[in-house]
Amino acid sequence: MPLAVELKGVSFGYAPGQPVLSGVDLRVAQGELVAIAGPNGGGKTTLVRLALGLVTPDRGEVRLFGEPAGRFSRRSNLGYLPQRAQVGTDTPITVEELVSAGRLAAGPLLGPLRQRDRELVARTIERVGLGELARKPLGSLSGGQQQRAFIAKALAGEPALLVMDEPTTGVDAESQEALAALLDRLHRELNVTVLYVSHEFGAIERYVDRLVLVRGSIVFDGSPSELPELWHDPSHAHV
Amino acid sequence: MHMFDSEFMRLAFAAGAVIGLIAPAVGFFLVQRGMSLVGDGIGHVAFAGVAAGYLLGVSPVGAALVAAVVGGAALEWLRTSRKTAGDQALAFIFYTGIAGGVVLISAAGALNVNLFTYLFGSILTVTREDVAVVAVLGGAGLVTIGLLYRAFAGVVVDEEAALVTGVPVTLLNLIITVFAALTVAVSMRIVGILLIAALMVLPVMAADRLAWSMRSALGLAMTFGIASVFGGLTIAYYADLPPGGTIVLLAAAAFLLASSVEAVRAH
Repeated sequence: MPLAVELKGVSFGYAPGQPVLSGVDLRVAQGELVAIAGPNGGGKTTLVRLALGLVTPDRGEVRLFGEPAGRFSRRSNLGYLPQRAQVGTDTPITVEELVSAGRLAAGPLLGPLRQRDRELVARTIERVGLGELARKPLGSLSGGQQQRAFIAKALAGEPALLVMDEPTTGVDAESQEALAALLDRLHRELNVTVLYVSHEFGAIERYVDRLVLVRGSIVFDGSPSELPELWHDPSHAHV
Repeated sequence: MHMFDSEFMRLAFAAGAVIGLIAPAVGFFLVQRGMSLVGDGIGHVAFAGVAAGYLLGVSPVGAALVAAVVGGAALEWLRTSRKTAGDQALAFIFYTGIAGGVVLISAAGALNVNLFTYLFGSILTVTREDVAVVAVLGGAGLVTIGLLYRAFAGVVVDEEAALVTGVPVTLLNLIITVFAALTVAVSMRIVGILLIAALMVLPVMAADRLAWSMRSALGLAMTFGIASVFGGLTIAYYADLPPGGTIVLLAAAAFLLASSVEAVRAH
C-alpha cells in the first residue's frame, strides 16, 4: 500500500539542545486510521506539524504522499482540524459558511462557490448529521455539534489525508463516543487516511487500525490488541 | 438653502458614498483578525506622506497614498517575515509614521499649513479630482473584496487550516492591508487621517452585535458605514460641525445602539 505519511529518523526541537522528538520513524499507509496519543508535552502536536510540513526537522526526512513535506505540492489534498478548533472571529458564522471555508483550497479563490462546490458542501454537512442546522449560527449548537461542523469543514476539501489534533477536547463523553463512531463511518465511506491525535485513546480506540504512543519518541506502535493494559491510559506517568 | 445646492456637498456625498462602503468592508477583515488598530497605524504613516508631499512639492494626497501603501506592506512584512508580534509591528509603524511626519513637515517649513484639513477632514476642500480618485480606487477595492470575499473569510475563519491546505494566506493578508492603506489615503480629505480608522472599526463592531451570519455582518457593517457618513455629513452641514468627527460620533452611536439591542434580545 502506498504511503501517505513517512517520517525517517526525525528529530526536532524548538530550542537548541532541547529535543521534543528524537529518532522518530513512522509510516502511515494510505487509507489507514491511526490514533496518535501520549502525555501532554510528549510531542504529539509537534509530530503532526512535522508530518504536515509546517516545521522542518533538525534531522531526518518527512514525506507526504512521496513528496518532501515542506515542499508538498498538493496541499489542497490535506484536511486539518487544529487543536482547540474554534472560529477565529467573534462574528456569528453559520454551519454552511464554516464548512464552505473548508472548500476554499480545493476550488477557485475568486468569486462565489460553484454549483458543484455548493452541492458538495451541502452533502458534507448532511454526512455529519447537521443537515437541518446548516443555516444556524455555530454558536447556537452544542459542543458535539460544533465539533461535527469542524470535521465537515476539514472534509469539505475532499482530503486524501485528514489530520485531527485533539478533536474531542471539551466534548462530553457521550459526544466523544458519537464522534468516534462518526469518524469510523466517514473513514470507511470516504477511504481517507486519518491521523487522530489525542492525549488519550478513549472512544476511538476500538475503531483504529493502529495506536501510536509518543513520549519524546515513539514508545509503542501496533494494533490496539497488542497494547499493554497499563498503557491504555496514555497520559499515565509510566508511558 | 438645501445642502445639495452647494457643489461641495454634492462632491462630499459622492465621495462619502464610496468611503462609507469601502472603509467598513476593509475594516471587517482587519477586525476579525484582531487587527482593529491597523488603520490607525497606517493613518500616521499617511501623515508622514502628506508632510513628504509638502517637502517635495508634489501632491500631498498622492504622497500620502504611496506612504500608506508602503507602510501597510511594511507592517505585514514585519508581522510575517520578521516574526514581530502584531502589536509591536503596529507600534513601530505608528510611532515612526508620526515622528517622520513631524520632522518632514518642519523641514518643509509647512508647520503653518492648515494640517487640520488632513488630520480631521474638511468637506470644503473636496474637489472633482478627489471624487474621481475616490471613485476609481474605492470602486476597485469594493470589486476586489467582492471577488475575494470567500478567500478573505476563509483565512479569518481558520488561518492555520488555510495555511496547511495551501491557501495563499500571506498574499491575502497583504492585499487586505494594502486596501486598508488605500482606504486611509482616499478618505483623509473628508473624514481625516486620525478618524478614518474609526470608520473601519466601529460599524463592524456594531454589525457583530446584530448579525446572524458572517455575510450579514459584512452587509450590516457597510450599511452602518454609509449611514454614518450620510448622516454625519448632513448634521455637519446644518449644525456647522466638523464632518469627520460628526461621522465617527454617529458610528459610535450605532455601536452603542446595537449593543443595547443585543442586550435586550439576550433578555
